[in-house]
Amino acid sequence: MTGTAIISALGIWAVGWFINARIAASAVAGTRWAKILVPALFGLTLLAMWEVLVRMLEISPVILPPPSMIAERFAVEIPTLWADFVQTIIKGAMTGYIIGALAAFGVAILADRSDFLTRGILPVGSFMAALPIVGTAPIFVRWLGSDWQSKAAVVAVMVFFPILVNAVAGLRDTSAMQRDLMRTYGAGYWPTFFKLRLPAAMPFIFNGLKIATTLALIGAIVAEFFGSPTVGMGFRISTSVGRLALDMVWAEIVVAAIAGSLFYGLVAWIEGRVTFWHPSQRK
Amino acid sequence: MKSILPVITVVGAILLFWIVSVVPMNMHLTADQAQRQDIAVTPDTPAARQELSGIGLSLRNLHLVGATYTLERPRLPSPHQVAVELWDTVAMKNPTSRRSLVYHGWVTVSATLVGFLIGTGLGILLAVGIVYSRAMDMSVMPWAIASQTIPILALAPMIIVMLGAIGIQGLFPKAIISAYLSFFPVVVGMVKGLRSPDAMQLDLLRTYSANPAQGFWKLRLPASVPYLFASLKIGISASLVGAIVAELPTGARAGFGARMLVGDQYGQPMVTWAALFAAAITAAALVGALALMERATLRRMGMAAA
Repeated sequence: MTGTAIISALGIWAVGWFINARIAASAVAGTRWAKILVPALFGLTLLAMWEVLVRMLEISPVILPPPSMIAERFAVEIPTLWADFVQTIIKGAMTGYIIGALAAFGVAILADRSDFLTRGILPVGSFMAALPIVGTAPIFVRWLGSDWQSKAAVVAVMVFFPILVNAVAGLRDTSAMQRDLMRTYGAGYWPTFFKLRLPAAMPFIFNGLKIATTLALIGAIVAEFFGSPTVGMGFRISTSVGRLALDMVWAEIVVAAIAGSLFYGLVAWIEGRVTFWHPSQRK
Repeated sequence: MKSILPVITVVGAILLFWIVSVVPMNMHLTADQAQRQDIAVTPDTPAARQELSGIGLSLRNLHLVGATYTLERPRLPSPHQVAVELWDTVAMKNPTSRRSLVYHGWVTVSATLVGFLIGTGLGILLAVGIVYSRAMDMSVMPWAIASQTIPILALAPMIIVMLGAIGIQGLFPKAIISAYLSFFPVVVGMVKGLRSPDAMQLDLLRTYSANPAQGFWKLRLPASVPYLFASLKIGISASLVGAIVAELPTGARAGFGARMLVGDQYGQPMVTWAALFAAAITAAALVGALALMERATLRRMGMAAA
């Protein structure tokens, strides 16, 4: 039994890999659909191997449920998953993300007027960005209660430093020549800021905003492990783990993955519209 | 070196903000305690005090400001209380005792390092595969990039339970989560690094009639080292966060994450704060150690950036 299971899994792998290798080696490899098809096929191959191995080896769903069972659970529990999504992503992560980003811009603009502050904030900010800030979650839950406000606070603190560092670094990223040009036009601080330095800082700012999307989701989910109302993705994950309902845990992870990709994709899309002039955006 | 003064100023401003915030954050608790000791408090019923904000209450009870810094279980401890607690649990306790943060730190750091080594090793191997196999590049690379937008950390509790169910416990499950978190930054960074030699350099090796293995060891690998260190620094802090989060929902009895949870559940804020700062110092030390290694390595290789 074990033998056939492993042989069939290897067979699936061989077929999937063979097709992918042929596509990659063929003339269509550079086309757009090949770039989508190949990773999609790879993902499907892995899912099929997972399904076959779990079913044929009769692995208990308490350890690893097969993908079909997860998909079924996902379809059945859509209302619950949606409520969790709203609680954790919209209320917790998004609110915190916006508060943290606005605060970071505010501080960056204030600090920008002083070279002294800028030189202080850059190293301190990058240091803080590397710290395990998610550990402040129990403290915020204690201060602000277990509803989404405490999650938003954790998220705001987590996203603050990466965005701040990138915004401050970006606002410095103009050459003396460009600033001199603005001066010869007789432009003051604010016209220079809006017409030269803010646009020049945008690629940096979006870099920070993109890093922060993942942090926001992590913060909102992990903070729920420390206390939450009876709704939310982190709450559902920790209680489902306790009840050994791993298919539900995986369904939540699918939601988290979709939400994370969409959130990142949204920020990247806005970036493309705002910084269309930047070399990295040219097609 | 010229940025030392600005850095001290910014750190000082943060500390000052913290110290000032202690008063309004703790004033309600302090006022309740003071009343029990028959000290006059301005609105003299707890209900009336609840109506006031922390700042309002502080302004009415200026004589209690000193007491807000010495509470045993403050909402916001002052910096000196955290420092004292850290000193107590790091330096004054036997490092093998359960009450020593060195003991808990070692539990977390050992899992972090094991996971970091596994994740980095696998990440480098996969990156080499991606650079040399077009099929692998097209199949795996989009997933490696996409996985960075996904809150992988949310998987932590499930991985622990999954491995617990098949009888694997202790350091190893945490190490797997750490490995997973450091894996993708290393893959992405190493692929970039191994591809960083330009066409001119690759052509030069071809004129030397170097075989592919020599091209790898003498050009691609050395060229990727700066990229490797950049991703290692991201990877190690991700690993540490992973190990800490892995300790949270699983009832782990040792480690920084367990200490934070214990402090939270038993109403001992000082324990949580000390664990939090110890974790921050550990993260800084790990990243700092890698930065030193980076400096030394790049200097030996003649690539030191001024």
